[in-house]
This record gives sequence, C-alpha cells and structure tokens, in this order.
Amino acid sequence: MKVVHNRTLFRGLLVALVAGACMACGGNQSKDSGTAATVTDTPETVEQEPPVLTAGMTAGKAIYEQNCVTCHQTNGKGVSGLNPPLAGTDYVTGDKNRLIGIVLNGSNVGLEVNGAVYSNAMPAHAFLSDEEVANVLSYIRNSFGNRADTVSAALVKEVRALL
Amino acid sequence: MKNQTEKTSIVNGRSNWCLALLSGLVLASCNPAGSGKLATDTDNGGLKLPEGFGVLVVADSLGAARHLAVNAKGDIFVKRRNIEDGRGIVMLSDTDGDGRADKQTGFGDYNGTGIFLDSNYLYASSNTDIFRYALDENGHVIDPNAPDTVVTGLIDRRAHNSKPFTIDGAGNLYVNIGAYSNACQVQDRTKGSPAMQPCPILDSAGGIWQFRADGIRQTYGDGERYATGLRNVMGIDWNNQANTLFVTQHGRDNLHDLFPELYDTKASATLPAEALFRLDKGANAGWPYTYYDQEQKKIVVAPEYGGDGKKESTEDYLTPAVAFPGHMGPNDLLFYTGDMFPEKYKNGAFVAFHGSWNRAPEEQAGYMVAFIPFKDGAPSGEWEVFADGFAGVEKIAAPDDAKHRPCGLAQGPDGSLYISDDVTGKIYRVIYEGGA
Repeated sequence: MKVVHNRTLFRGLLVALVAGACMACGGNQSKDSGTAATVTDTPETVEQEPPVLTAGMTAGKAIYEQNCVTCHQTNGKGVSGLNPPLAGTDYVTGDKNRLIGIVLNGSNVGLEVNGAVYSNAMPAHAFLSDEEVANVLSYIRNSFGNRADTVSAALVKEVRALL
Repeated sequence: MKNQTEKTSIVNGRSNWCLALLSGLVLASCNPAGSGKLATDTDNGGLKLPEGFGVLVVADSLGAARHLAVNAKGDIFVKRRNIEDGRGIVMLSDTDGDGRADKQTGFGDYNGTGIFLDSNYLYASSNTDIFRYALDENGHVIDPNAPDTVVTGLIDRRAHNSKPFTIDGAGNLYVNIGAYSNACQVQDRTKGSPAMQPCPILDSAGGIWQFRADGIRQTYGDGERYATGLRNVMGIDWNNQANTLFVTQHGRDNLHDLFPELYDTKASATLPAEALFRLDKGANAGWPYTYYDQEQKKIVVAPEYGGDGKKESTEDYLTPAVAFPGHMGPNDLLFYTGDMFPEKYKNGAFVAFHGSWNRAPEEQAGYMVAFIPFKDGAPSGEWEVFADGFAGVEKIAAPDDAKHRPCGLAQGPDGSLYISDDVTGKIYRVIYEGGA
C-alpha cells in the first residue's frame, strides 16, 4: 500500500510542477510475475513497539548469529538476487510448519519471496536441536520489524518426525 | 515478444518519464549543449576519484544494470539482470551532445548480465544463451527482434548463473559457466555435508568455455573447456599486450559457518582472496579443492578436502596475478586502452567491486572500482581504489545499506570510463579533466 501512496503523492507533485504535461504519465503498474503459488504479503507490524525478546528469543539470536547472519544479514534483509529477506515476508511470519521445514530441510528450488527469486541454496539445519530451531524461529518472527507468535520445540519435533 | 519502443527521457525512469522530462528541463537550462566540453556534475555523482577526474551521470533508474558496452558513436548498451517491460537490453543515446542520455530504446526479452560490442555485432547473454545482433553503419542494431543464437544450452541452476563473456581479436568467444555450488559439497553450503571427489560440477561448469564468435547454436560439444577450477567469473577481458585472457573470480563463501573451529568471523570475512587470474589455455585455478590465501600468500587446501587453513596444496594450480581481500565481488574487468586518462592508466586494469555480503556479521567491503597498473601485459604495481562512494554511506553493515553498487565497466570512444550500478540502474561516465 505504501507504494501506491507514494506514487499518488508523486503524481500530484508532477502535475503541480509541469501542469498538463503529465497526462501521459501514470506510473506503470509494477509488473510482478503474478504467479499465484507464492505468498508475498507484508505483515502490518510497523507501528508496533518492537517486541521484548524472551529468554528463548535471546538464545535464538545467538543461533541466528552463528548460522544465519552471513546470508540473511544483521538487518534480516538478505542480499538482492542471492539470499531472500526474512523481514516482511509471510515465509517467516506465516505458516510455522512450512518455516520449520525450510530450516530443517533447506531449500534449493528458487522460492519466490516478495516477487523476487534468489539464487543461493538454503542449507539444511537438521543438526540444530528442536529447542534451537524453536528459539531461532521465535527470534526471527519477532525481529527486523516482524511480529508473530513463537514456535515451540514440541512443534519442531512434530514437523521433524514427518520429514 | 522482442519489441522496441522509444522514450524521450534524460533520467530514464521506468515508471514515470515525466520526472525525466522535468529533470531534463532543469539540466538543460544549466548545461547548454554545444559548449564544447562536457560539464561534469558538481558532486561527481556522489563519487570520490583521484585529482583531475570528474563524473557525469548519464542516466538512472534503468533497473539492475549489469554489464554495458559503448559503440563508436557513444551510444550505450546496458544489459539488465531482469527484464523490465519485456526488455532486457537498454540502448541509451545522447542526441544533443551534453553527455547525458536523452533517448532510450529497449529490446531483448531475456534476463542476464553479459554484453559485448565489436564493429559489426552486439552480443548479449541470457543465463543460458549468447545472442548477436547485426549493426548498421551507425552502430545501431538492425533488427532487435531477430538475433542469431551463437551459443545455447549452457547450464543454469540459479547459483552463479550469469554468463559474462568476451571475444578476442581472432573471433574466439570465452564465456564463464559458473559453478552452481559454493564448495562442491553433496549438499551445497550445508555444515557437515561432505565434498564430492572428484567434483562432478567441473564437467559442465566451474570454468571458461571457448566457442566461435561467428558460430550458430553452438553448445557444449561444439566448444571446449578453455580453463577450469574457477568457481564463478564475472570480470572477463582480453589483454592485447599479453594477447591472453584475464578474469576475476569470486572466491568461496562461508568458511566460518561451515568450519567455525578453523575460521573465526574475522578470518571468514577476509578469506579467501578474490582473484585476478591470467588464464592461458588449459589453466586450472583449483576450485573447489583449494583456495588462495592472500595473507599467507599461498594456495591452501580447502577445508572440505582435508585442509586446516594452513596446509599448502601440492598440486599445480594457478596463482592469482592479483589477490584482493575476500568477498568484495569483482563483477567486471576492463583493460583501459583509451587516450583520455593519464599515462599510468594506459593498458592497466579497472575492476568493479560489487561489494561483499559474505562478511556478515563483520562490516562489508568493496563497493568501489579499483585500478591495477600493468606493464607489458602483467601487473606492475599495487592495486588502488579508483572510484569510491557508490554506497553513499560511511559504514556498510549489510548490502541493502548501499544506495548504489558498481557492476559493469566500459570504455567510450573518447576514452571515458563508464560504470553501471545495479541497485537503481545509474550509469556514471568518468572523464579526465585535469590535463586541459
């Protein structure tokens, strides 16, 4: 929604500056591929206070710094074209089972995240314990502007058993 | 879907050419055409350069502008990583002589990075193919909808799929086929996953393949593997003095993530070297079995293959001609043959460093264009930063902090150096003004 808002403002400004000259402009609609298989909504978390990290999340932060930060970066925004963001994507704040699956199994199928595809492989992290996975996921679901409920070690155990 | 349209714009906004028109009016009013000498920007486009150099921003908002090439008339062809409005190649022209692009056309409905011009053809690569377009006497593409397919069917498994290429003076085309892997582990980038021995990727990737520039629909069987053991090459240029190929390789990642007991985050941020290699036919640069450690100044065995960070390789692998600090991302290489720049630059190498990401949590590095002096086809001095300030911030904790990232290099007919940026799609033209 933010994009539309800015574009509207921008268009108004242009009209004011070069009256009439801008009838042909109108900001081409961004042409995301529109493939229906992906979920790209940005969670509405901006106005909220950043969550207070629980002990589990603090432990998860250490796991993040050891295993995740090189690719997903200190700001959780990833690397353009290479490593997807963790900030502002339903892959992180949405379905917990899917998220746990990606961490345990890795992913090398070129997921589309917020309209872009990333080329690097996500390694499997099955070597992390259920509690470590739960903690790091609770951490990333409540960092980088994200806010979502925590992940339990019991759920990680359940998902792991199905893999 | 290969179509061509024209837009009248100075700053080539893909979504609002009205802004371009407005900017054009402002720029034109303070930079009258026909004044003879090109007026560079007062802020040099935000770049810091050696004394005597200035910068003129030719265009902006082109999208992910990767490699670029300039024809004899000064028209600029830019390869986009991702197609926008169905166009993966942008041609920029300056019709009023002020040095800024005021006409933009587009064609080529494919993603990719590589682009190259000779006097008869424009060549461009997708992530699997190389196409060529015949040029008219003005250096313009005759039929943007009907290129020849010179090379086809090169491997694309997403990782390192860009196909930068160059052509020598004898009609040979050299293309990078990057390894679709970090270190040839069974499971890529996965802690504890063993390395494959021998690395099977090297049969069809992880090297430079040679084809004919005038061939049609060549694929693996029609060309040959010119050099191997190269993880991913982005900079590739022919050196006329040495009469051989030089390339820049992106070194392997994740030493600390995969082997925390051998490498701390600081070592992992600076190792291994990003390398400029002189590549003669049959060369083997050692990936994935070894890497070059620029601090110990030796080729060491990769930890996946029994290395401990110190153990020196006993194999006969290629030593870099220049070893740079790790992960800075040397995305393009250009040997400068122009007459505009001072003598020290003649035949020397410019390298565009895209900037690191694999240094996190340490501070990132690169995001600049470096220069290495050459004499008789070999480096003759230390490398130095030539153009800096692309990122627009002092400290780059994450790549996303950088407002611009240098990606491609090209030389203009007057000897200007062009630099592309693939964050917003800015094109910088570096001009030497000190002599006049």
